[in-house]
Amino acid sequence: MKKSDEHVLSQQFEIKGGDFSNAGKTSTSIKEILQEIGIDTSIIIRAAIAAYEAEMNVVMYAQRATFTLNITPEKLCFKVEDEGQGIDNLDMAMQEGFSTATDEMREMGFGAGMGLPNIKRNADRFKIFSTPGKGTSLDLTFFLNQDE
Amino acid sequence: MKTREIIKTLQLEVLTGQETLDTEVTGGYTSDLLSDVIANSKEGNLWITLQIHQNIVAVAKLKDLAGIIIINNRKPDKDTLEKAAAENIAVMISKEMAFEVSGKLYELIGSQD
Ligand SMILES: Nc1ncnc2c1ncn2[C@@H]1O[C@H](COP(=O)(O)OP(=O)(O)OP(=O)(O)O)[C@@H](O)[C@H]1O
Ligand SMILES: [Mg+2]
Repeated sequence: MKKSDEHVLSQQFEIKGGDFSNAGKTSTSIKEILQEIGIDTSIIIRAAIAAYEAEMNVVMYAQRATFTLNITPEKLCFKVEDEGQGIDNLDMAMQEGFSTATDEMREMGFGAGMGLPNIKRNADRFKIFSTPGKGTSLDLTFFLNQDE
Repeated sequence: MKTREIIKTLQLEVLTGQETLDTEVTGGYTSDLLSDVIANSKEGNLWITLQIHQNIVAVAKLKDLAGIIIINNRKPDKDTLEKAAAENIAVMISKEMAFEVSGKLYELIGSQD
């Protein structure tokens, strides 16, 4: 864990596409870090949901990604930048129920088309960029002070 | 009510997580869609599902669930059990279907939200 100064924590995780046997490891590690530094439980629950869905989308639809966690006294930020097929139609991808998951993934209980909507619902700020054929990146912010 | 007492009444077979059975169960969540469980289950819930693959363990851990009840006498994959044992997540099997297991659990503890 790297602490660049007293108030800022920054850490990166690599996620491999198609690697279902390690899927969930990054989000579990992130949740543990948030618990260790004493982030409010209600924020941890929202952040864990978003981290898991972002991680699973990389496992299911991309080749690889870097998941960057940044924490300042005011906010918690996730940046998930992947290399992969990208998303052709973002409006469609954001719709609840839309999914391009394979039959095999659906059999495992993935592909409800709920991941991106869940991420958006649980983050205080949500940005998604995608270049078809290149990759997708997610930019999420959670404010640590309730009144914001 | 503790997982231990529910196991007895529902006649579940416990495969992993023996050390966790004194967890206070807060309710149940019945679903086979992982995104649904991640979004809507609550800490201390027992998760009733037909899913048997390894990815269910991370979901249970991430949401601090009391355990996973696999229905219809389905046998979890070997790597599911290895992961569950390593992460100390209770995996249990019921001979009954989701409807029966959910109904019995609801009768025992209701939805304690
Ligand atoms: N990182 C990504 N790279 C490429 N495509 C993506 C990525 N994330 C999402 N998508 C596309 O957007 C669709 C919707 O994603 P979303 O997470 O909402 O649902 P899902 O992954 O299909 O199902 P669920 O998340 O419920 O298991 C996906 O089916 C996929 O086509
Ligand atoms: Mg998804």
